[in-house]
Amino acid sequence: MSVFPEQGMVRAEQQAADTPSERGSFQVVAARELPRLYRLARRLVGDEAEDAVQDALLKGYRAYASLDDEVAAPAWLTAILVNCCRDRARAKGRRVEETELNEADGFSLYRTIAAEDPFPYSDSLHLDFLHQFGREDVRAVLAELPELYRLPLVLCYCEGYQVKEVAYLLEVPLGTMLARLHRGRKLFERTLWDYAERHGLLKENAKR
Amino acid sequence: MITCAEAVRQLWEYLDGVVEEADREKIEEHLSFCRRCCGELDFAEELRRFLAQPDEPDLPADVKARLLATVTELEERA
Repeated sequence: MSVFPEQGMVRAEQQAADTPSERGSFQVVAARELPRLYRLARRLVGDEAEDAVQDALLKGYRAYASLDDEVAAPAWLTAILVNCCRDRARAKGRRVEETELNEADGFSLYRTIAAEDPFPYSDSLHLDFLHQFGREDVRAVLAELPELYRLPLVLCYCEGYQVKEVAYLLEVPLGTMLARLHRGRKLFERTLWDYAERHGLLKENAKR
Repeated sequence: MITCAEAVRQLWEYLDGVVEEADREKIEEHLSFCRRCCGELDFAEELRRFLAQPDEPDLPADVKARLLATVTELEERA
């Protein structure tokens, strides 16, 4: 699904030329989109998902009359929801220290795993490392990241949006988004390793 | 010709499809002979699959009911 207005929504000039088509009520649209919106919100703000979706429904309801084409509603609601999630995440997000970013920037998970060799009897060391993590662990690692980096990572790599779409959704220029994704990936790698150390995942018999 | 460090730095952007054509060619040329960087590439791909695994549970019935009630209330108030 594209999130761009030019691909998803009818523009104002087109709207003037078109005759208004039959459209479903906001209730119908919302009911159809709820499962997807909730799942996305869970990824972005965890336990605050229900509140974030509610924020988005309130905002969406108020603006629904100005949406030109019902076909665009899913992309339009996604953009509203991401905005609401960002506001919530920002309000409680932790600040990241420059030193932490610089340290993470020089970190390579691939090289660290090879150098530390946590599973000496393994012939697929790097894969075995990843296999130590259950879903709860991945969620916990992502939750440790500051929202500035977590949201782009989740949208891009968990949800599969294109980098350009993520830049659009989070309202930053593409270059800024590329830099954030780069730093976010490094922080994620560093956090994965630290988490594995802290939770005893770096033992041969820790496999699930 | 680019170094391993340069190739590795751009691997994710290469996989994201956001590197310039000229850079893409340089990366592919480097990967064609550098086994170590191919290992990095494989790992980057694994990490991407790892992140893309489906995760969150379905919308619970009680949450769905509460959210739909919010919308119903809005429509009734209008």
